Amino acid sequence: MKALWEWLDSRTGIRHLAQEALMEKIPGGARWRYVWGSALTFCLAIQFITGVVLWAAYSPGAKSAWESVFYIQHEMAGGWFLRGLHHYTAQLMVVLLALHLMQVLIDGAYKAPREVNFWFGLALLMVTLGLALTGYLLPWDQKGYWATKVATNIAAITPVFGSQIERLIVGGSDYGNLTLTRFFALHAGILPGAIVVLVAGHIALFRRHGITAKKPFRKPDANFWPDQVLMDAVAALAVVLTAVSLTVYFRGAELSAPADPSEPYSAARPEWYFLFLFQFLKYFPGGTEVWGAIIIPSGVLGVMALMPLLGQWKLGHRFNLGFVGAILVGALFLTFEAKLQDSRDPECRKAVEKAHRDSERAVELAKSPTGIPEGGAALLLRRDPLTQGPRLFAQHCAGCHRFDGHDGLGNTLQEAASAPDLKGFGSREWLSGLLDPDRVATAHYFGGTKFKDGKMVRFVQQKVAKYSEAKRADLAKVILAVSAEAALPLQAELDVRDRALIEEGRTLARESVNCTDCHQFRKPDEDATAPDLTGWGSREWLVAIIGNPAHTRFYGKRNDRMPAFAETGQLDVEKIGTLADWLRGDWYRAAAR
Amino acid sequence: MKEAAAVAIGGAATLVPVASGLLVWLDPLNSGGGEGQSSFSRITGLESLPADGVPRKFTVIADRQDAWTKNPKVPVGAIYLSRSAKGDITAFQSICPHAGCFVEYRPAKNEFFCPCHNSSFAADGTIKDPKSPSPRPMDTLAVEIRGNEVWVRFQNFQAGHREKIPTA
Repeated sequence: MKALWEWLDSRTGIRHLAQEALMEKIPGGARWRYVWGSALTFCLAIQFITGVVLWAAYSPGAKSAWESVFYIQHEMAGGWFLRGLHHYTAQLMVVLLALHLMQVLIDGAYKAPREVNFWFGLALLMVTLGLALTGYLLPWDQKGYWATKVATNIAAITPVFGSQIERLIVGGSDYGNLTLTRFFALHAGILPGAIVVLVAGHIALFRRHGITAKKPFRKPDANFWPDQVLMDAVAALAVVLTAVSLTVYFRGAELSAPADPSEPYSAARPEWYFLFLFQFLKYFPGGTEVWGAIIIPSGVLGVMALMPLLGQWKLGHRFNLGFVGAILVGALFLTFEAKLQDSRDPECRKAVEKAHRDSERAVELAKSPTGIPEGGAALLLRRDPLTQGPRLFAQHCAGCHRFDGHDGLGNTLQEAASAPDLKGFGSREWLSGLLDPDRVATAHYFGGTKFKDGKMVRFVQQKVAKYSEAKRADLAKVILAVSAEAALPLQAELDVRDRALIEEGRTLARESVNCTDCHQFRKPDEDATAPDLTGWGSREWLVAIIGNPAHTRFYGKRNDRMPAFAETGQLDVEKIGTLADWLRGDWYRAAAR
Repeated sequence: MKEAAAVAIGGAATLVPVASGLLVWLDPLNSGGGEGQSSFSRITGLESLPADGVPRKFTVIADRQDAWTKNPKVPVGAIYLSRSAKGDITAFQSICPHAGCFVEYRPAKNEFFCPCHNSSFAADGTIKDPKSPSPRPMDTLAVEIRGNEVWVRFQNFQAGHREKIPTA
């Protein structure tokens, strides 16, 4: 073993190298206050290790980025943990950078002859923030998409070359495939390359000038190995434990719904360490944005770059401390202000809730047996009745109809309903209400329509109201039979259980309750004057009536105000189908675990 | 002499990969790539647009060339349409002219509001509050009525400027 070591040393000089690296003198002995730089280097190691493995499963593309991150997060063993570690270590790096900067300033470690090394440090700070910014977009989720748009739009207001800069970052005029490939090249190639070069320079310069020992010395001088390395190792453990705790506590990093340029994301906020810049912009009225976004931040950086020169004078050092202190306090205040404003804004809270709902639903659908379609994960929510149904209803139906008293999205409306409430349409409960003399003429059913004095209401109020016990029992069976036409998924078991009663009800509809006096029911009837009850409430029936309620199969010329959504081109067949599915409660439900 | 030759020859050799890399990296500056002139897209039927001046949100469906992928008929963005009592139809881009977030219409106050930096606009798109961060009113889009249908020329504009400059 020893002979092998000697041979290796004679060929490589490894012993000298190791001596050089480990036997650095630390005047006054190892101290905890020296661990920040090492802790940051360790973070970098975590990011390289976790990053390369994430890279091995990540696919930068408008139809594959979210999909691959979903796969990492929800399908690969330990994927969520790896991604969480990468995500939270990135956040820790920002905190550690601030601490490292403070320590360097307070200890005066930035003054001559260490000016150049301070500039290396500033460059490292910028590159790290660049990594954070580029990493935020890569999952191609709504959060990253909209927050990053703000950042690249701000780049575009840079004087003179702004729009060229934006084009180069975005890879064209609009976000798409090239935005992802370019951000990924920056995030996994160019910026990490730059960081390696800068860190090498930073450490080489640090070694050249030696540690800025804090006086008075409390202990005799020591070597880097093992005293300081031990402390650094403890710091590394603390870093990794913090990242692990955050990962476990938050169950990994968030993945919001797939990016969609047509879908608002009002919860768009940058990561917390950029919040102060975000908040700062709110105070600049139209046209002065460039000051808040570019000129002042650049000015602050400029002053920081001059600090090593200013620091040569005692007053300059004090100014530096005061300046950075003021910037930090200001940033903290702005961050707090941003958080406070959001917490006080009910719209913002609603937006965050919606974002969570969409995100969970997208994941649920991606995990469903149908999985992610070829056209990409953005289609999951676009085609989902549970997600789109309420939005379509609010936009196209809630002018007259209600859904459980609201507009489909949960907002109560001021105007009274002027058409039936469609919650549970097709179900036994809904139909029982319609055939209830006390309820048929309320706003829940026909009360707001011209049919409130029509034949059906008269029939219910005059005939049904006087039904005998036996007739009532007949009616109950008819209700089962007509509701069974809808074949609602949520009623499927009941329909099977009651199939004998349903069969009976079908006959009674004709012979006892006399539905077929006006309605067509399961047999062609050219004299029918009221809506067809064959397939009533089924998907096909709903799509047809929404498409054209004035068709002879439905209300014909007696149609009230309802538009023919398909005929007039207000809604395409796919959207009408989505609406029908939602009204029927027909959407994918994950089996309860 | 040797020194100069070493620098020149080494430099020239390095120039080849650097220049060819730079050329490709700068490719997005060559505007267009099929995006150039945007055409009109059919948005909705006139019936969906009551003449009450209230802005309503619509998704814009159009063909989109995304670098190497041709995406036929995909959502490329969203707009607000409003129709005045006189029947004039106005189309607004939903993207905030300030920094590019998605502007909401808030019916309670009858205004547009950007949830990012709190820019606010009246329902006719004009700037409501002089302290509002947006440098210009909401961006309007060209509207055409074809028969019974509303068609709009969908465009994106550069954020942050007083002037309305199309991005493509």
